[in-house]
Amino acid sequence: MDVVDVLFVIGRVLAVFVLLLVVTILNVWLERKILADMQNRVGPDRAGPWGILQTVADGLKLFFKEQITPRKVEYGLYVLAPFLAVIPAFLMFMVVPFGRPITIGGREVPLQGADLNIGLLFILAMSSIAVYAVVLAGWSSGSKYPLLGGVRATAQAISYEAAMGIAMVSVVMFSATTGPDGTLSLAAIVERQAGTYDMTIPFLQWADFIPRWNLWPQFVAFVIFLIAIVAETNRAPFDLVEAEQELVGGFHTEYSGMRFAMYFLAEYVNIFSMSAICATLFLGGWTGPTFDGQIPALFSALLPFVWFLIKTYAIIFLFFWIRATLPRMRYDQLMQLGWKRLIPGALIWLMVSTVVIAFRQFGPPWS
Amino acid sequence: MIELIIFVLMAAAALAGAVAVIRARNTVYAAMGLLGTLLAVAVLYVVQLAHMVAAVQVIVYAGAVMTLFLFVIMLVGVDRNEDTRETIPNQRRMTIGLLAVLLVVIGFVVVSGSFDWIPVVGTAADPQLTNGTVQRIAGELFTGWVLAFEATALLLTIAAVGAIALASTRRRRQES
Repeated sequence: MDVVDVLFVIGRVLAVFVLLLVVTILNVWLERKILADMQNRVGPDRAGPWGILQTVADGLKLFFKEQITPRKVEYGLYVLAPFLAVIPAFLMFMVVPFGRPITIGGREVPLQGADLNIGLLFILAMSSIAVYAVVLAGWSSGSKYPLLGGVRATAQAISYEAAMGIAMVSVVMFSATTGPDGTLSLAAIVERQAGTYDMTIPFLQWADFIPRWNLWPQFVAFVIFLIAIVAETNRAPFDLVEAEQELVGGFHTEYSGMRFAMYFLAEYVNIFSMSAICATLFLGGWTGPTFDGQIPALFSALLPFVWFLIKTYAIIFLFFWIRATLPRMRYDQLMQLGWKRLIPGALIWLMVSTVVIAFRQFGPPWS
Repeated sequence: MIELIIFVLMAAAALAGAVAVIRARNTVYAAMGLLGTLLAVAVLYVVQLAHMVAAVQVIVYAGAVMTLFLFVIMLVGVDRNEDTRETIPNQRRMTIGLLAVLLVVIGFVVVSGSFDWIPVVGTAADPQLTNGTVQRIAGELFTGWVLAFEATALLLTIAAVGAIALASTRRRRQES
């Protein structure tokens, strides 16, 4: 490892950071525009073409706003909490590969913050640290609404993290059938989804364009994972954490100015990271046709990144679509769905999937 | 060298957290101190290339256990002052005695043991790098220690079922 390698690592980390900031600016605008279209409104259209600079304007406004600190806050934790929201949100994306490894000057550069062999566990660890931001904000604000919002958010995050984790386990176990052994590394999970199914059954040969995504064999896990990440990011219809009618703004009621902006940033970074993780686990991440040799090498190198963005934005669009469609759930309905439907469902699917994998690997038990 | 620096920093952080646990007036700050200690220890695991153990440390202890602690502290209420009366007779003297025994044992181990500072210098081909990976731990767990593993699983299941049973019978008694 020499200086150039270190520079490449720093460059990768910076690239991920900039990517997340840029997509956040875009996503806030995109959500407002899509919601407006679905509700037959115009939406933001003043700042820049189609209002695309609206988020930049809002960010600048928040940056220069006064930070009001209520008298009854526990100051240390009150200031610490927003940082605990932002840092794990950015760290989580570090393990997601967003493009095919490229070669610069004879060095292989993976387009990924870091390829950990515990990638999926790292994601779970970061999302469990992010819970503290909400708990501490709720408690340290010294006010009733944030406390209630914080308690709700914590219970919700812990409940749905379990379902999310179990859905991930089925994917990891399935990855053992497509490679030498099971893996938790997201880069390996993506690479094992490359290519298409080769149809051996004669009358199904027309279907040989279907990619080998985990989506098809792990469809139940995909649905559970999708519901869990919507709940995990506190989005509608699971946004009763910040239900305006009951809780004003939830755990961030007492935050203003840049501190509020940090929570806002963390929420949108989390949406992008979770969608990217979902695309990586189930939709094949950056894999896709690259037309190597048929088009200039630069385009071939960029195409995987484009595929990654298209898949991620498909899921993000689903997030916005769900928000525009479904009403908010009641708290007990939320807990019922989490503990009585999703977790048992995920466990049953895990067992079914295990039996099928074992059957394919070792044959029937009576032989 | 880097390993030594990280170790000193993280050990200091872990100790500071531990002091905060017993010195903090507010229970929430005590819990945060414990969280700091747990995270510092997780970093030490990473330095020792035990990535899996570090991740589990963060998920289980920092993620689940400490969140539950905080939850309980916040719901029970932190406004009440802690009861600082000592209920065990001769508590202080016993504590000092036990501390002395502990120090003697640690001193004995340090003096009589032969310690070398072994910095982990690993390359990708180094077998040490795979020490803490999921594959290695799973391999050990499901071959040599499979009985202990299954027994622990059974124990945890029994504990969970027992907790549910206790909670539900108490509620039924209250209702009747």
